[in-house]
Parts: sequence; C-alpha cells; structure tokens
Amino acid sequence: MSSTFDQIASIIAETCDIPRETITPESHAIDDLGIDSLDFLDIAFAIDKAFGIKLPLEKWTQEVNDGKATTEQYFVLKNLAARIDELVAAKGA
Amino acid sequence: MHLEYFHLIDRIAAIDTAARTIAVDAIVPRESTIFEGHFPGHPLMPGVLLIEAMAQTSGWLLIAALEFQRMPFLAAVKEAKMRTFVTPGETLRIDASILHEGSGFAVTEAKIGVGGKTVCNATLTFRHAPFPNPDMRGHMEAMARRIGFPEREMSHD
Repeated sequence: MSSTFDQIASIIAETCDIPRETITPESHAIDDLGIDSLDFLDIAFAIDKAFGIKLPLEKWTQEVNDGKATTEQYFVLKNLAARIDELVAAKGA
Repeated sequence: MHLEYFHLIDRIAAIDTAARTIAVDAIVPRESTIFEGHFPGHPLMPGVLLIEAMAQTSGWLLIAALEFQRMPFLAAVKEAKMRTFVTPGETLRIDASILHEGSGFAVTEAKIGVGGKTVCNATLTFRHAPFPNPDMRGHMEAMARRIGFPEREMSHD
C-alpha cells in the first residue's frame, strides 16, 4: 500500500498536471508547486474522496490568517500527509 | 426566465435536502434581445446561460443544504456538455445533486432536460461563505419566495 505522501503526490500530479518527479515531501503546495486556491479545491475533493475525510480547509485558513499557524504546517506535503493521517486516525477512533 | 435580470429559474418543482437533490422548472422566453444576436434567423439559448441555469439550480440546493446561512459562488465548471440546441419557448427541467461537500466548498452534478431528453450536463464546483451582507441575504430570501423555495428551509437563524 502506498504512503499517504505518495497518494497525495499522485493526486496533485494528476489534478494539476505537475510532473510527479518534481513533487517531494518537502514541496510547499503553494510556494513550490504553484497551486492556487481553486486548484487546491480539486485536490481537497480528491483527498476527501480517497481518504474518506473532510480536510478542514476553512479552519486551517482561519488559523493562518489569525497568525496561529503557518502555511508550512498545512501545505508542505509531508505535513499535509501527517494532518491527513491524523484525520484518518480520528475518524477511525 | 427573466434573462435581463439573470433569473434563470422559474420554480422549484422538488427539493429534498436530506437526499441532496433538487429539480426546477424554467421556460426559455420566446423573445429576448439575446436571440437577436444569438443568432439572427437561428435563435439559440446560449450555452453559457444553460450552464448558469444549472449553477443557479445547484446554488439553491446548496443554500438549502447550508441552512440558508451561507452563499454559494460558482468557482469551476467541468465536463460541461451541450448535447443539442435549446431554442426559445422550450420548457426545461433542471436537476442537480450534491456530489461532494467539502470544507468551504461543494461539488454538484447538474443536467437540463427537455421533454425527458438530456440536452446538457455539467459538474460544478462552488465556494461558499457567510452572506456578505444583510442586503444580499434579503435579496436571496425574496428570490427564494419567488421561486417557491420551501419556507421550512428558510427558518434557520
């Protein structure tokens, strides 16, 4: 079974037409991969479906806007994968 | 339809918030300045207006699903297919369902039928947010009453 990172990297590559080999765990979805908010809706849709969760994008955005979190915490892909794992675990708890 | 006011829905025929489905009726006007240009001697309902009609239909379903607390805004149109011509005077049945409800966004599938035949369909993405101001919410409530939006779906405050 592929890792969470591998799954989201594949989703991003397919959704945004970005070469898979350029996507690394350290990639920042916005700053490095150039994914804008509209494209990220497609990614969120695909992630929600693939993992059976609901990425809390509004909550994350609010936290970033309020200075309580950084975009790196949610949009660097290794961190996004960790957040997804947490959501999946919480769902199964 | 009142094309000049961008009112593309005449009446909600059925809405099932639990099932996340809606059906609306709309009659394409026989005359409009739009048809004078699109096209002279061969009037056709523009495809972009058919997409807008599907978006408005989806939008009312989302407003109901969001308990009239948030306003959906069209963000993306995918897989839109105009399968045949739609002409002045035709009666449209527009169906929509919610495909996915994300955080701050939703995806719907919609189609328009004429005489039981699908004439166009699309997958639509919406962002949604709290109503920007009371005026807009008031406007939407007035629109809702005009098209027969169920009162029970408007009582959430």
